[in-house]
Amino acid sequence: MSMKTSNTKFRERINVQMKDEFMRQSVANAQERMFANRQIAADKLGNWEEWREMGMDIRNHVLEHLDYYLQQLSDNVVKNGGHVFFAQTAEQATEYVEGIIKQKNAKKVVKSKSMVTEEIGLNAMIERNGCEVVETDLGEYILQVDDCDPPSHIVVPALHKNRTQIRDIFKEKINYQGSDDPEEMTRYVRNHIRHDFLEAEIGITGCNFAVAESGTVSLVTNEGNARLVTSLPKTHIAVMGMERLVPTFEELDIMISLLCRSAVGIPLTGYVTALTGPREDEHCDGPEEFHLVIVDNGRSDILGSEFKDILRCVRCAACVNTCPAYRHIGGQSYGSIYSGPIGAVLSPLLGGYDDFKDLPYACSLCRSCHDVCPVKIPLPDLLLKHRQKMAQEKITPVSERAAVGAFNFVNARPILWDTTVKVGAKMAGYMIKDGKLPVSVGAISEWNEARDLPQPDGQSFRSWFKNRKQD
Amino acid sequence: MKVNFFATCLCDTVKAEVAKKAVLLLEQLNCEVIFPEKQGCCGQPSLNSGYIEGSKPAMKAMIEAFEVNSHPIVTPAGSCAASIKKYPDYLADEPEWAARAQKLADRLFELTQFVVNEIGIEKVGARLPGRAVYHPSCSLIRKLGVREEPLKLLANVEGLEMLPIKNQETCCGFGGTFSVKMSEISGEMVKEKVAHIAAVEPDYLIGADISCLINIAGRMSREGKPVKVMHIVDVLMSR
Repeated sequence: MSMKTSNTKFRERINVQMKDEFMRQSVANAQERMFANRQIAADKLGNWEEWREMGMDIRNHVLEHLDYYLQQLSDNVVKNGGHVFFAQTAEQATEYVEGIIKQKNAKKVVKSKSMVTEEIGLNAMIERNGCEVVETDLGEYILQVDDCDPPSHIVVPALHKNRTQIRDIFKEKINYQGSDDPEEMTRYVRNHIRHDFLEAEIGITGCNFAVAESGTVSLVTNEGNARLVTSLPKTHIAVMGMERLVPTFEELDIMISLLCRSAVGIPLTGYVTALTGPREDEHCDGPEEFHLVIVDNGRSDILGSEFKDILRCVRCAACVNTCPAYRHIGGQSYGSIYSGPIGAVLSPLLGGYDDFKDLPYACSLCRSCHDVCPVKIPLPDLLLKHRQKMAQEKITPVSERAAVGAFNFVNARPILWDTTVKVGAKMAGYMIKDGKLPVSVGAISEWNEARDLPQPDGQSFRSWFKNRKQD
Repeated sequence: MKVNFFATCLCDTVKAEVAKKAVLLLEQLNCEVIFPEKQGCCGQPSLNSGYIEGSKPAMKAMIEAFEVNSHPIVTPAGSCAASIKKYPDYLADEPEWAARAQKLADRLFELTQFVVNEIGIEKVGARLPGRAVYHPSCSLIRKLGVREEPLKLLANVEGLEMLPIKNQETCCGFGGTFSVKMSEISGEMVKEKVAHIAAVEPDYLIGADISCLINIAGRMSREGKPVKVMHIVDVLMSR
């Protein structure tokens, strides 16, 4: 899978997704649960606004000195006995991993959850090399066995499926005979993939944050699978977005405190793993070889643009969990592995407007995402910047540009505006009957799909005010 | 006290009664209300669609319209107030205009904010018996930070009982051009909002942003729900 997950048009996608009652119920329940838990966790920690401020400052500091910290990180990884590869493009990143697979003659790779590996389409490349790849995060595993169904959430990828649907998938694909009890299903998968950990020559992970001062890769998980992925296979490859690092363990502590609470509403996830280099001589486990692949794939372009703030993102999905548009259309509507507000900003930046031009408009600008973001990314403002760019580049429909142009022409001329308002108020009074116009076209018919038009008062306010003064 | 009134295009054209009552309320609170006639629309349909350059002449016309005096400006709509407060950012490339825009923004108050914080009144002598739901619009709570002011005013309305609803602070789905550009999503959002309102069986739905109210009322009307939709000035002028 690459970042783009669909070839159909946005409107077609949402119309399909919005009919999926199971998905909508699952998303609504999950949103409410995660939103409430996030709030409780933030309140319990106390001084949440100051924590957010600190999170933002740390991320901004790193972005401002990214070259310095990347160099420090790289030097330390090498000093620890690891290998570092800077990949400018997705292709360079996958080719590097391909080289390792060939060199090791690997037949099986186990993976823990990683968005950046999906972004660069790593699994497809691994499989093309005749090598089996097993996703070991339960959510990702469900999607993989369901013929690579696209993820609908960046933290909880199989959020759109309920337990019955998951049981049916397991029954059909991996010979599961049990009930739809989550614990029973989890136990089954646990046993089912245990041998994969033991057989795999290579383990691939993402990286929540790399620590520059020590050359450490940290992983934040809840299932413990990442520890098996990084300790049983002889080779560990960590793939990271080039902006995902912190200077020292002190900042790591703060970022993880914010991440866990914002993502799942708990002070700490089940496992926070810090990996510093391959196995050393006196160690009894760990990989013999460690590779860190640092992926740019458009990030340096973003760094130099008006969208720079988006690089503060720590992929917690708090914005997704509060977004009312996401709530109704679900993650797969976005047509990108990155969904919700973060996806609507990031997908067009990484994948271009051709495929993702609709996403910045799938937002009512309610700003609730901005309020929950642990690193204070002004997501609605960035969505507006996308709209501004598309308007400037004339990517927007001709009819829209004409209508807005006419509106701006009248609105900039007070006398013309005055007449338009007075006439408009009277016309609306005559023409709108029982919430409808005699002819319903364009924007009016879109409005009328779900709503009646307002009952107009029939006279403009300005006429009333003027007449009243004269009286 | 002399105050300018910014009517907003929606109130000026289709919901003049709301603007009239806002004026009457301000007068009752001893304000002398001025209506600068050259005012237009805040420009949201264009600005929120990304047409910043094309909106500049209208923004400048609006700035000039209110430079006729230096009195405070009051408007019965959170979203239009929030939009004008962003003019200095949009005009940042033209420092002289940005400075004039900033002066405009500093003088501008949403109505409940003005009544409670500037005039210093929380009880206006209103009486409206019944059960009501208040919809805190996104622009009021998240853009302007006006959260408590409308609630304080409503708490002092005699006979009015306020009811909480599920997901109270969630957007109603209006979002300006969003409501027609993404009408499917907007429609689902307002359906859910109306379901949560209807669940507590109120007599009234009250808000301080006419755009959200037109949206919610449009859906209520479609579903034939017996809930009266009222702007907060309608409530504050009830006796």
